Amino acid sequence: MLSIKRVPTVVSNYQEENAGEPLGCGRSCLGKCCLPASKLPVYALKNDPRPKASSVGTDELPPDFFLNTLLLGQWEDRMNRGLFRYDVTACETKVIPGDHGFIAQLNEGRHLKKRPTEFRVDRVLQAFDPAKFNFTKVGQEEVLFRFEAAGGEKTYLFEHAGNEGTKSPSVVAINVSPIEYGHVLLIPHVLDSLPQRIDQESFLLALHMASEAGSPYFRLGYNSLGAFATINHLHFQAYYLSVPFPVEKAPTTKTPTNQGRSKNRVTVSRLLNYPVRGLVFEGGKQLKDLADMVANSCIWLQSNNIPFNVLISDSGRRIFLFPQCYAEKQALGEVSQELLDTQVNPAVWEISGHMVLKRKKDYEEASEAYAWRLLAEVSLSEERFHEVKTYIFEAIGLVESEEETIDEDEEKGTPSNSSDPTHAPHFPECCLILQ
Amino acid sequence: MVALTIPSIGRRAENTSPPSAAAEVMAGCSLRLIEQSLTARYSDWIAEALDEIQGCFLITDPGIAGHPIVFASRGFLAMSGYSREEVLGRNGRMFQGPATNRRSVLEIREAIREERTLQISLLNYRKDGTPHWILFHIFPVFGVDDGRVAHFVAVQVPIPRRSRSLSEARCGGARGRLFGACRNEVRSDCDLGCNLAADLFVDVDNRGLEAEESREASEQEKERASDAANSILSALTHCSKLTGRVVSSKRCRVGGIPTLSSSLIISLGRIKQSFVLTDPQLPDMPIVYASDEFLSLTGYSRHEILGHNYEFLNGPDTEVEVLHQIRQSIRAECACTVRLLNYRKDRSSFWNLLHVSPVRNASGKVAFYVNVQIDENAKSDGLGLSPHMRQLGVVGAVKVAVRSLSLCAGPSRPSS
Repeated sequence: MLSIKRVPTVVSNYQEENAGEPLGCGRSCLGKCCLPASKLPVYALKNDPRPKASSVGTDELPPDFFLNTLLLGQWEDRMNRGLFRYDVTACETKVIPGDHGFIAQLNEGRHLKKRPTEFRVDRVLQAFDPAKFNFTKVGQEEVLFRFEAAGGEKTYLFEHAGNEGTKSPSVVAINVSPIEYGHVLLIPHVLDSLPQRIDQESFLLALHMASEAGSPYFRLGYNSLGAFATINHLHFQAYYLSVPFPVEKAPTTKTPTNQGRSKNRVTVSRLLNYPVRGLVFEGGKQLKDLADMVANSCIWLQSNNIPFNVLISDSGRRIFLFPQCYAEKQALGEVSQELLDTQVNPAVWEISGHMVLKRKKDYEEASEAYAWRLLAEVSLSEERFHEVKTYIFEAIGLVESEEETIDEDEEKGTPSNSSDPTHAPHFPECCLILQ
Repeated sequence: MVALTIPSIGRRAENTSPPSAAAEVMAGCSLRLIEQSLTARYSDWIAEALDEIQGCFLITDPGIAGHPIVFASRGFLAMSGYSREEVLGRNGRMFQGPATNRRSVLEIREAIREERTLQISLLNYRKDGTPHWILFHIFPVFGVDDGRVAHFVAVQVPIPRRSRSLSEARCGGARGRLFGACRNEVRSDCDLGCNLAADLFVDVDNRGLEAEESREASEQEKERASDAANSILSALTHCSKLTGRVVSSKRCRVGGIPTLSSSLIISLGRIKQSFVLTDPQLPDMPIVYASDEFLSLTGYSRHEILGHNYEFLNGPDTEVEVLHQIRQSIRAECACTVRLLNYRKDRSSFWNLLHVSPVRNASGKVAFYVNVQIDENAKSDGLGLSPHMRQLGVVGAVKVAVRSLSLCAGPSRPSS
């Protein structure tokens, strides 16, 4: 069994209590004891089979994005109530000079100061363990609202609801160690105690949230176990940052498939000129088409024990999927000490280009070369990525065309033929178990 | 328990926008504001001057909430199939569609945010739903007086399909010859690509169009775009001298007063609540931004209050204690919520539920204070959130917008 020492980050104020403490409520937690009687606001999405993509003549987005007002207002309220461990807006942040625009933040308070805990990293799927910290132990003051697909004709907000309707509510809670303003956790079906693994329905809920918020600066992210998820209880993260992420700016090339565009009109591309190899999913006649393609890809990865991260971007129009192998490399001692010393765990936000640094020295010296070096360690090798991509395509029913019609110009700058002096040398392939 | 539906005005799931909706939007944006956007700065001669310039272009005003289109050339309307009423007051987003490259949209958004020129190929959609490739050339026009972007100009040059050889054309035989003949016609066309008939022949297969990942513009098209841009800039500069509110293609640093960037103004313009931003770094902590709703609430016009301290809302019956409390919070860099009696321009009073909060930028230091007003007697907007939650929503939205200020080391260029 492989294991690494990690410095975990605390996402809830209840996380630092001993895990073995009996719940014995009256604490107003999110367990079955308390949640049903809660008076959380409920944001209930309508049933929307219509195409999510904008059509001709569509008007601009409404100026007052409703979900944003609710989320930001509630978040600011929790700030005023002192529920966060620090004011993230007081942390200095900058764009690192260079072509890619990596974003660095100096945050000395984010990481726990106590002794790091052991964490098994060689299994992507692990059973839910009620003894370990999970979101049912979170106090309700950390929850902002319930977010559900109600299936009705319109979207509703119930500001003071009882727990009617859904037997299995999904909630949006604060992350008490925020990376940025508005950092929240989307916890689908919190009472069902689902482990950290993707399923179609939960993924669709996450996509709905991105679409509903309607802001290109509000992204959702997912980390599988082994790809730096901190808690084995199904959750997505999200926050606002009004700059583009480097990964969003990176060029892509569409993978040609034999069916032309797939029947449900989802296109899959791969990233070019970016240190981490990844796939980009776009399109789809309906949101569900896109959600299912990505979910099924994730399901294949997790079933085959390949850790991965997912970034939901552009209000749910573009989804990035990154299989990774950093934890494995770390456990096998293959990562340089210099990189390890910066204590950056490359989860979805880091991979997307947003890095939180805990030492002033690292922040001041942060360079594009460092960011590239770190992220290059995360990426699967070209051969391995190609192999995984082929399996994923098979799993989701896409057949890649025989001829490679990639433009010569677009090949420039891909990690495998990069003449970039900062590009790290290839590491031996990760030994991953394929079933 | 009350359930309230969220209005779906203009949600992008809507397929078409009937003319009445467009008119509503225009009314919402205030037709007058749109008209004045150009005439106030460039005089009444501007429409004539712009009409003389051939080509397809739009002019937008980032200072008006929603960053709407304030001018559309005849060439543009002909190319896109829209009428002037359908376009004025709307945001440029309306011409995008399902196959528009999202990265290109990102690049345009960033060029606007960073107030710089950009030339990029883009797939746009006409009113009838057909897509077409254009070379999109956008550039800012700065006011010399305040250093802010007065307008953005977006020139559009159609990019015809270019087959590598006739045999690759989808049409065969006689039709192929016709195709070739028409391409020659397009090439020799002096008009800035607004010949619809030629376009019809060139864009034979719309579906094929959407499958194209990109379409490179030729040097000729790029030149056309630049030439049009220069003509428009000349016209704007020339006319701006008539009113004295001169513009330039370059930003001029104005004294020591930092100006609010377009991106911040555009972001703040989306917040449909009464609020102002004040700058604690400047003497007497003046107002540097006021929302339209603040102006409606108080009865003042923007130029009457920008640069002034917020105190003009106070009057004879405003409790001194409360003012003291606000000042203390500001000194402590803390947020506070108070209830105080305030006065409009016409001296009528209202109970103001005021929330004041520090707002930090990327450096981590306080850059502004945001003051959010709620008139106690105002009717609820029916959206189901308590007034206090809506106030905090404003604070959150402002914090997100300001957080990225001074974030950039320099404009970051997208990798090509």
